[in-house]
Amino acid sequence: MAAVATTTTVRPTRRRPSFGRIAAWTAMVAIVLITLLPFYWILRTALSTNNALAAHPGDPLPVDLTTGGFERALGLQSTEEAIAQGGAGGGLTFWRYLINSVVVATLITVCQIFFSAMAAYAFARLRWRGRDKTFGLFLAGLMVPAIFTLLPNFVLIKQLGLVDTLLGISLPTMFMTPFAVFFLRQFFMNVPREVEEAALLDGAGKIRIFFRVMLPMASTPVLTLGVLTYITAWNDYFWPLMVSYSDSSRVLTVALAIFRAQTPQTGYDWSGLMAATLVAALPMVVLFGIFARRIVSSISFTGIK
Amino acid sequence: MTIASSSPPSRLPLGGAEGARTKPRTDRARAGEGRGDGRLAAVFIAPALLGFLVFLLWPTLRGVYLSFTRYNLLTPPEWVGLDNYVRMVHDPIFWNSLEVTVEYVLINIGVQTVAALAIAVLLQRLTRSALLRGIVLTPYLMANVVAGIVWLWILDTQLGIGNEIISGLGLERVPFLADDTWAIPTIALINVWRHVGYTALLLFAGLQAIPGDMYEAAKVDGASEWRMFWRITMPLLRPVLAVVLIMTVIGSFQVFDTVAVTTAGGPANATNVLQYYIYGAAFGRFQFGYASAMSVALLVVLSAITFVQYRLTRAGQTDLG
Repeated sequence: MAAVATTTTVRPTRRRPSFGRIAAWTAMVAIVLITLLPFYWILRTALSTNNALAAHPGDPLPVDLTTGGFERALGLQSTEEAIAQGGAGGGLTFWRYLINSVVVATLITVCQIFFSAMAAYAFARLRWRGRDKTFGLFLAGLMVPAIFTLLPNFVLIKQLGLVDTLLGISLPTMFMTPFAVFFLRQFFMNVPREVEEAALLDGAGKIRIFFRVMLPMASTPVLTLGVLTYITAWNDYFWPLMVSYSDSSRVLTVALAIFRAQTPQTGYDWSGLMAATLVAALPMVVLFGIFARRIVSSISFTGIK
Repeated sequence: MTIASSSPPSRLPLGGAEGARTKPRTDRARAGEGRGDGRLAAVFIAPALLGFLVFLLWPTLRGVYLSFTRYNLLTPPEWVGLDNYVRMVHDPIFWNSLEVTVEYVLINIGVQTVAALAIAVLLQRLTRSALLRGIVLTPYLMANVVAGIVWLWILDTQLGIGNEIISGLGLERVPFLADDTWAIPTIALINVWRHVGYTALLLFAGLQAIPGDMYEAAKVDGASEWRMFWRITMPLLRPVLAVVLIMTVIGSFQVFDTVAVTTAGGPANATNVLQYYIYGAAFGRFQFGYASAMSVALLVVLSAITFVQYRLTRAGQTDLG
């Protein structure tokens, strides 16, 4: 909280702290606590043993400090050990799911952003017949809620023989989302014409302009869109749950839910579960940590959804 | 959850809309030089158009078609006319699902909108800290499934820290997710926890577009923060708020993950939200036709709500001009 306190004093309009300001800061601190405390509780639980958790449920520190939960989550523990520590017999072949998640999220993000950028450029800067009508059709796609296309898409993926494959999970969102096209078109329209004309005079073709001028200029919106797409793809549960049946295509979210379901209803393997949730969420936290500054300001200034 | 806003929450897209209006003339003037664009455009648009047609337009039409059939994935769809819809109207569990979903949406959206607005205004009026904005966004990084499991633990009746605190205060322990009256509000609040920061940032983006000197002028006139909120912030934020509201309501209606991982629709259908029921009909009982019909119903409900909301809030208009 120290960092938060210092930012107030930097404010140019320095005034005596009124009652209202104190109340506002109290509210802000409460919001930060509600936001962050669950994360601490995950860590504290993950580092405890299940037996000690049952004996000391309210202890603020890890009880009977151990990395057993993490070993179980990462599939490093033998079945006997796991059961002795209150885990389920079935482990989590964590690395497998991690790789699956990375492949799916990367495939979706890279392809979707690239294809959407190409389409966005064609909508924003190329002249062709039926352009506005086609764009209108794309925009109408924004109105169709995701659930509506899920069942027919499943039928289609099944007919293509892609059920239980990573490609089957990725395919529906790999080519575009109406929003990605819309968002990038919005950006390309704001690039001054002169930039393009200068490149044209230098003898560059439109393809070259797209790759060498427009795409690099759009690096910040592309990055923001990319990270948000990655997070969305990583966190998706419903669609991968429908499409994958076995370890070969199981992603982390689905694996976690199954891991949860494996532990007996009467006594969940809380330390194992919390360790697993932590390792499942960690890659996104790291990713966000790297790009946080640019993304947060980008969302704050453009209102990207 | 990527239903987007077409609104201009900040100066940047506003400029874009402005530009769009003046552009056609220059386009036509340059039509001669752009004659070769057609073929290139076809190449550029091809992958996205393919994806759009195959995974969005075709499934939409197919979904409507399947709703008029009996279909179990194994044998070809069999046309049954309105049977699925008749069945739906007489299905008490369907109506229960709709009711539970609406209850969820009302609590989720109500709390989330007020909280997000409060956070956005606090962020705007108190500090410029990007760190705080980042912190507020952290729960959004978690999957719904992860958030569900975490709160399942925190709210556990016997061992959860939430109930430890409640019993420490001398109150009765609350079986948050196992009780039919508490379960839906609990799930709604779990999802508020995860999404409120993102919504707050979208609203914050709208607040950024309000000129700071309006507050300065009001302050000179001796207006209180409270008065400024109602007289400046709210009227000027309204268009952005309306669009964010439409987006979040549509997202909220599609709740599934959190339910699947915490209560699995129970106890006694108390949290059997529409999307969960549809999933069960399709993949539990292989009634794809019936599940499609319920999806169509959901689509109709969402379209109606969007339309009404749009009209009521005059989302397209801004008070700035």
